[in-house]
Amino acid sequence: FAVLNIRPYNVEVIMKEKLVLIGNGMAGVRSLEEILKLAPELYDITVFGAEPYGNYNRILLSPVLAGEKTIDEIMLNDEQWYADNNITLHKGKWVEDIDRAKRIVRGSDGIEEHYDRLIIATGSNPFIIPVPGHDTEGVIGFRDIKDVDQMLQASKQKAGKAIVIGGGLLGLEAANGLMKQGMDVTVVHLLDALMERQLDKPASALLKVSLEQRGMRFLMEAQTEAIVGKDKVEAVRFKDGSEVAADLVVMAVGIKPNIELAQKIGLHCERGIVVSDTMQTFDPRIYSVGECVQHRGITYGLVAPLFEQAKVCANHLAHLGIAFYEGSVTSTKLKVTGIDLFSAGDFNGDETTEELVLQDPGQGIYKKVVLKDNKIQGAVMYGDTIDGTWYFELMRDNTDVSDIRDKLLFGQAHLGDSGHGDDNRVAAMANTAEICGCNGVCKGDIVDAISKKSLFTLEDVRVHTKASSSCGSCTGLVEALLAHTLGGDYSQSPGKKPLCGCTEFTHDEVRTSIRENQLKSVPAVQKFLEWKAPDGCGKCRPALNYYLLCQWPGEYNDDNQSRFINERAHANIQKDATFSVIPRMWGGGTTPDELRAIADAAEKFDVKTVHVTGGQRIAMYGLKKEELPEVWSDLSNAGLVSGHAYGKALRTVKTCVGKEWCRFGTQDSTQLGIDLEKMTWGSWTPHKYKMAASGCPRNCAEATIKDFGVVCVDSGYELHVGGNGGVKVRATDFLCHVETSEQVMEYAAAFMQLYREEAHYLERTAPWLERVGLSYVKDKIVEDDKGRQALADRFHYAQKFSQTDPWKERVDGVDKHEFTPIKQIAQSRGLS
Amino acid sequence: MSQAEKLTNSDWIEVGKIEEIPVLGARVVRTSDGDIAVFRTAGDEIFALRDACPHKGGPLSQGIVHGDRVACPLHDWKINLKSGNAVAPDEGCAARFPIKLDGDLILLSLTPEEGCPDD
Repeated sequence: FAVLNIRPYNVEVIMKEKLVLIGNGMAGVRSLEEILKLAPELYDITVFGAEPYGNYNRILLSPVLAGEKTIDEIMLNDEQWYADNNITLHKGKWVEDIDRAKRIVRGSDGIEEHYDRLIIATGSNPFIIPVPGHDTEGVIGFRDIKDVDQMLQASKQKAGKAIVIGGGLLGLEAANGLMKQGMDVTVVHLLDALMERQLDKPASALLKVSLEQRGMRFLMEAQTEAIVGKDKVEAVRFKDGSEVAADLVVMAVGIKPNIELAQKIGLHCERGIVVSDTMQTFDPRIYSVGECVQHRGITYGLVAPLFEQAKVCANHLAHLGIAFYEGSVTSTKLKVTGIDLFSAGDFNGDETTEELVLQDPGQGIYKKVVLKDNKIQGAVMYGDTIDGTWYFELMRDNTDVSDIRDKLLFGQAHLGDSGHGDDNRVAAMANTAEICGCNGVCKGDIVDAISKKSLFTLEDVRVHTKASSSCGSCTGLVEALLAHTLGGDYSQSPGKKPLCGCTEFTHDEVRTSIRENQLKSVPAVQKFLEWKAPDGCGKCRPALNYYLLCQWPGEYNDDNQSRFINERAHANIQKDATFSVIPRMWGGGTTPDELRAIADAAEKFDVKTVHVTGGQRIAMYGLKKEELPEVWSDLSNAGLVSGHAYGKALRTVKTCVGKEWCRFGTQDSTQLGIDLEKMTWGSWTPHKYKMAASGCPRNCAEATIKDFGVVCVDSGYELHVGGNGGVKVRATDFLCHVETSEQVMEYAAAFMQLYREEAHYLERTAPWLERVGLSYVKDKIVEDDKGRQALADRFHYAQKFSQTDPWKERVDGVDKHEFTPIKQIAQSRGLS
Repeated sequence: MSQAEKLTNSDWIEVGKIEEIPVLGARVVRTSDGDIAVFRTAGDEIFALRDACPHKGGPLSQGIVHGDRVACPLHDWKINLKSGNAVAPDEGCAARFPIKLDGDLILLSLTPEEGCPDD
């Protein structure tokens, strides 16, 4: 029956809902991009845009005005993009009216579009002071391409004079651009300090001096009374009666949300269109994002919060319904080349806050950090803004900074962390300078990718260029390049950081949920927390597996398929797909029998390289996966066990020979190291975990760059935590002094358990310690005897289930499929 | 016409049963012309690709399988199991081999599909 083969009508196309976007700007179009990512087939999309262009990067208008970029360079979505995504674009068309009952949008030329869902993203308008003459020709705002064109026209005139009214962010950027175009520029400001919303007075004064040195003039505390001029602007008159001649007047006193349309159709508005945490207006079919929006009483004018709103809006329009916008804390940078300033949060403070201030007038440097209860509330910096992102992170994470107060203003470099960036340094770098040493990515590659592919975030740059995606030590440099290329306010606001792209929940929220909701498998977590990708990704599955393992010792069945190959095969994969084998040598000690077994195995399996590791043991390289169980079998017979050199687990306990041999040794550090290793081996941790025990303060075992280090002294033992070598060398922090080796063992177990229970997956002890603060750890481990014992008890309980040698298990047949091909085919067929 | 449709019965080789591959995992079929990785997804779909990442030849069979993708264990490139293509912005593709299920038996052809499809 032929009839049976007829497919139903193209149901999908007919059923598609209609989504209309009013406002073709950054926030609205970003919402569409997010929707297309989540649910590309869900909607028929139509866009109304008042400007006759595609979507462009409005924050880059200042560099266009300054002649540093062209319009083409700041286009984000050209018309082809709309065509490629089947989006109807009505460009250059206003929306006159919306019939909410019939759900119809009416455009300026009578065009009508029906909608099922509507997004209003009408942005904002420049605020024009209603003084007499404000509508004279030559008086403009600074908002869109048209304004920039007009300014560029005006600047062509010889010795033209421009007055910029408004000494805020936008006004100064406009003034700088006009000055660069050769105009004589005077900035008029109502108050006595520039950028008073972003800067405090000292920073503001420094900025003014620096701009004056470039030739900008200022009229402070000047109130505009009228614009003078018949057909065209001729001058500006002030309240005190004085007049200043002008060929162009730019009003940049602020923006106001463009809510005209929303008000006309009766949507609830205050200063902006009022939206809920899901970006919904009071009409449930209508969403709103961007500068026209008022959320929890606040309107935003920077790009980062708008993008967050777009993400949330898209999440709901794509029927996922799990994202919430909870407001943003923003940071500001001025896009005036050569001027470094940064501010974030509440930098003015009040009687409940404290201020840390560093001033170096000679170098033009000013930094202020505002603290409340030892937590950063805000920061303002001038001249040296390298650490802006760091302060921002500390603010986001609500980190207690009491331990680093004395070093805070000197920056992250003074905490032994050498990895952050430098705006001026990256600006001065040649395009061929290598930024990312791991992936060989040069400055030019990154700058190209940012501008050509319209990248906004660190994650974008990582995906497209690989820069900073491996060891991460150049992250600061890449961020500086982003700031430098985009102009400052690209920066992401410090909202919460999801565990991975599959969820909106943070590491901590996921862990809490696992505990409180008794979730006991990876799929259970993914289902309960409504993971976007049903079986997650290579990033979240190993994290979930670890969190479950840590939360439910003895109960949880390890999910092999959620483990990275090294931990699944209990060996380290090498670049040629062979593996390395590293047996444990307790406290760095070995015996002739063990050495013989290793030598025999190396010969028998034709090992290419035998190498002594930095952790005091011996590695064999170049073994095929199928050979592993056999190698392990031979080693196992000699009493050797897995060294876990492949795992996010206890690695080694490095020791010196201590008082048994050394003439300086104060305690039996070697035996202590062995005991520590016997206690902790087999334990899984958020990241690799290394220990050491030195017999005297000469510290030959390098205990002060380990996750947990013991330095023996005559009176007992000094305990150190949170160190690591590697990419960013960090020396340990001193935890405490104890008197007996039993105490060392208890503190070691408790500290390791605290780290296991509270650090994020793939976070080593050093960044974890910096995030939570040393005092916090001291409170838990040193001050709280009962708490410490409880932690140690939980550690020992978990160890009951983890101290089985995985090599021996596999020699005995566990996971046999992992080490054998499913089929060997001797003769291949059919290949031509 | 895809490679699979051109094949005759004698081109299909039995390589094992689907239960022998872990869910969200892979096994290797070893041939004299190199390894072929056979993947099993959460929904019990099976795919076969040359066991070499288009980036630096990493063994895809050792990666973490999620959705219809595998993450290469060497540098975390994501490869689409259906097409063999690297997930954008990375570029390149791993050769696909015709594969099908007969009940729970996995049948594989050793003649790779030609070229790389668009996703």
